[in-house]
Amino acid sequence: MPTYRPGPVTLIIAALVALFLLMPLLAVIPVSLTPSRMLAMPSGELSLRHYRALIEDPRWIDSILLSIRIGIVSSVFSTLLALCFSLGVWMFQPRFTAALVGFVLLPMVVPPVVSAITLYFLLTSISGVNSLFGYDTWLGVAMAHSVMTVPFATVLMLVSLSQLDRRIDLAARGLGASVWQRATRIIMPNIKFGIITAALLSFVLSWEEIGVTLFITSVNAITLPRLMWMGLRDNIDPAIAALSVILIIITVLVLAVRSIAVRQRG
Amino acid sequence: MKGYLSDRMGAALLMAPLLLFLALAYAWPFLGVVKWSFTLPTPGVGQYEALLTDDLVQSVFIRTLRIAAIVTLVSVAAAYAITVVWVRGTPTQRLVAEFCILVPFWISVLTRAFGWVALLSNRGLINSWLQAVGFISEPLALVRNEFGVIVGMTHFLIPFAVFPLASAMRALDDRVLLAARGLGSSRMRTFWSVFVPMTRSGIIGAAMIVFVFSLGFFVTPAILGGGRSVMVAELIYLRIFQSPDWGLGAAISVVLVLFVGALMALLFRYVRPRQLI
Repeated sequence: MPTYRPGPVTLIIAALVALFLLMPLLAVIPVSLTPSRMLAMPSGELSLRHYRALIEDPRWIDSILLSIRIGIVSSVFSTLLALCFSLGVWMFQPRFTAALVGFVLLPMVVPPVVSAITLYFLLTSISGVNSLFGYDTWLGVAMAHSVMTVPFATVLMLVSLSQLDRRIDLAARGLGASVWQRATRIIMPNIKFGIITAALLSFVLSWEEIGVTLFITSVNAITLPRLMWMGLRDNIDPAIAALSVILIIITVLVLAVRSIAVRQRG
Repeated sequence: MKGYLSDRMGAALLMAPLLLFLALAYAWPFLGVVKWSFTLPTPGVGQYEALLTDDLVQSVFIRTLRIAAIVTLVSVAAAYAITVVWVRGTPTQRLVAEFCILVPFWISVLTRAFGWVALLSNRGLINSWLQAVGFISEPLALVRNEFGVIVGMTHFLIPFAVFPLASAMRALDDRVLLAARGLGSSRMRTFWSVFVPMTRSGIIGAAMIVFVFSLGFFVTPAILGGGRSVMVAELIYLRIFQSPDWGLGAAISVVLVLFVGALMALLFRYVRPRQLI
């Protein structure tokens, strides 16, 4: 336990920072309840019409379903690639490991807008040859999202592998286990938590991805963030406020459940 | 010998799919973008010359650097205060701080930018309230300008600055602080002369992360700047999609990557990657 507690000045500044961090999240609640068609504070009566619009307007439903589909495909794909890669790094410790891992992490450190123009180049080039994976297709978006999420999945895998005791793998190897058996029976069960976290994080990152998606979609592959973007740039649609409230509530619930789970585990 | 060979084969087989995927879907198209910057609209280095002479591009670069510097200063200072509470507060204080850091962190950049629009716009919460109370008669221009961009970006980046700071503060040995107090240093003096200098690596890491992120920021400036406070990333978008000038957009991207790469190289001379998590 730290013996050195924050003093009153630090506490006051920290409280102001905390308020600043929560303010925009709280601000969307009243806006979502406005009866007006435009962005406004409710004056007098409240209305749930913008929540109803989310369920009734097929554009919102379609984009939610599309985002889920893209999220699942890109999450499974990038988790598998990251898992194989990290197993290779951990089990065989090849030469040039640092350089190879650095290469894999590039999409995470390069400014997102540069990745966006890069993936725009990729998908428009593919469009000339193959219409399934090209510009403005859902598979193209899933592939681009995989590029963006795979570094995060890899980092999580490598971190959870780094906490694994090498001696259990050595024991299995000494007892004659094949590479496949060591990977699937020994290593993977021990990093199960890391694999699940990597898949979840990849899904979440794809679900909210907008920087790249904006460059590689126009009218067909409208993901949820892309639809929100369209509603934010032109006339601000209060349905976005209703959607934001729902997303914020889900986030708070997930974090609460996670923190309770962590507390019970240890 | 056989074992050695099959080990290398195994590693190659396991690592190949991801390396191949990124080589084809990331490295190759990036080289394509570099090629654009030298060939569109005409072959040569004309686009890079334009970067040095074009007044609009220059002003966008200067604005980006200015905004990034302000955002870095404000977010690292704000993050420092809340991180001290998160790492060294009482259990309740720590829980509250953690909630305030992690909830915004996990909420999408669009939702957060929208929250600021709801607060800062002419018919937003702050202006409505100030008008209702009678402080102002005309709404204040809080958004669609540089102020809105700085507020939104600072909000987005504070949680990112928290993690390296927290890692540095957790690594700090408490006995050093006890020793300073024991030798008669005041609380204030202990904080400024011992605590802050000893978390320097966290401060450098946080500042670098925030600065690098700010340089390539797209969504928040585009929404809260309302097209009036264009930063580099939005300029690239506009050059690709609105005034099709792919060569210039590509050239700006290449310069941005080189600049960020140089900053990262500088960062890793002072901080080990491990210290940033």
